[in-house]
Amino acid sequence: MNTVFKKTPVLTDTIMHYCPGCGHGIVHRLVAEVIEELGIQDRTIGFVPVGCAVFGYKYFNIDCVEAAHGRAPAAATGCKRVNPNNIVFTYQGDGDLASIGAAEIVHAAHRGEKITTIFINNAIYGMTGGQMAPTTLVGQKTTTSPYGRDPEHCGKPIRIAEMIATIEGAAYVERVSVDSTPNIRKAKAAIKKAFQCQIDRKGFALVEVLSSCPTNWGKSPSEAMDWIKSDMIPYYPLGVKKDITNE
Amino acid sequence: MVSKVTIDENRCKGCGLCVRACPKKIMQLSKTKLNEKGYHPAECIDQEACIACASCAWTCPDAVITVEKE
Repeated sequence: MNTVFKKTPVLTDTIMHYCPGCGHGIVHRLVAEVIEELGIQDRTIGFVPVGCAVFGYKYFNIDCVEAAHGRAPAAATGCKRVNPNNIVFTYQGDGDLASIGAAEIVHAAHRGEKITTIFINNAIYGMTGGQMAPTTLVGQKTTTSPYGRDPEHCGKPIRIAEMIATIEGAAYVERVSVDSTPNIRKAKAAIKKAFQCQIDRKGFALVEVLSSCPTNWGKSPSEAMDWIKSDMIPYYPLGVKKDITNE
Repeated sequence: MVSKVTIDENRCKGCGLCVRACPKKIMQLSKTKLNEKGYHPAECIDQEACIACASCAWTCPDAVITVEKE
């Protein structure tokens, strides 16, 4: 028997605390597989956020640092500059990166830090109980927008990938999704390219992943994946937003 | 071609994303079994029909599926 697929050793055997059907588990696995395939497990350091992925250090079989809320890019900057041989990535959700950490990510990109950021956009604050995030869609009901997000009052959702792509220091920015198997395969290719961008010292790389939060969206895992496709992708178009890695 | 899908049942959370992803419709959540956490784990009901595409394993958030083929 030849093995077609098995769990990568870069993930630990700890059972993840995520809810059934949560997209975090998929993205954790993709990042771990990329680290294994690139052969960089012994020199990769992860920076995990505050949010649902706060326990990421228990699941990645690499050294990890738990950063203050939103400050993962700032902490990762120091780590990378002290030893540029390390491969440093941050793994951040939308409450962490797009809200309290918006300044840190913009300036890390602006400085062209040679780090990789995996940004999970699930349009809600997961860990704290489903409050409205900067990425929450117009009309989407959350515990702090029970009648749906009102753009008159709260503005419209922020498109992080497009925003970072306008910054000079960013070398590679792509938005992907985990709503279906083909898109999960594309997401892995994007994550791999973002790590390769760092290995080649091209500049800052960010991959925005549209992910699901079945519990706080009030949907089944399958319905949540359908909702990414029907509601999120039209507002957050997939694709490469910037790529100067060949220059 | 002989394929084999193995589920690490006690790590499975019964989310059903593998059932949704399988193109041959041979995955289901067990109707009889409960695992340690109280979920109905996924199971493959027809190993012979499996084409080893590993779509189930690619979509599994908890990395509980191993796919082999001869």
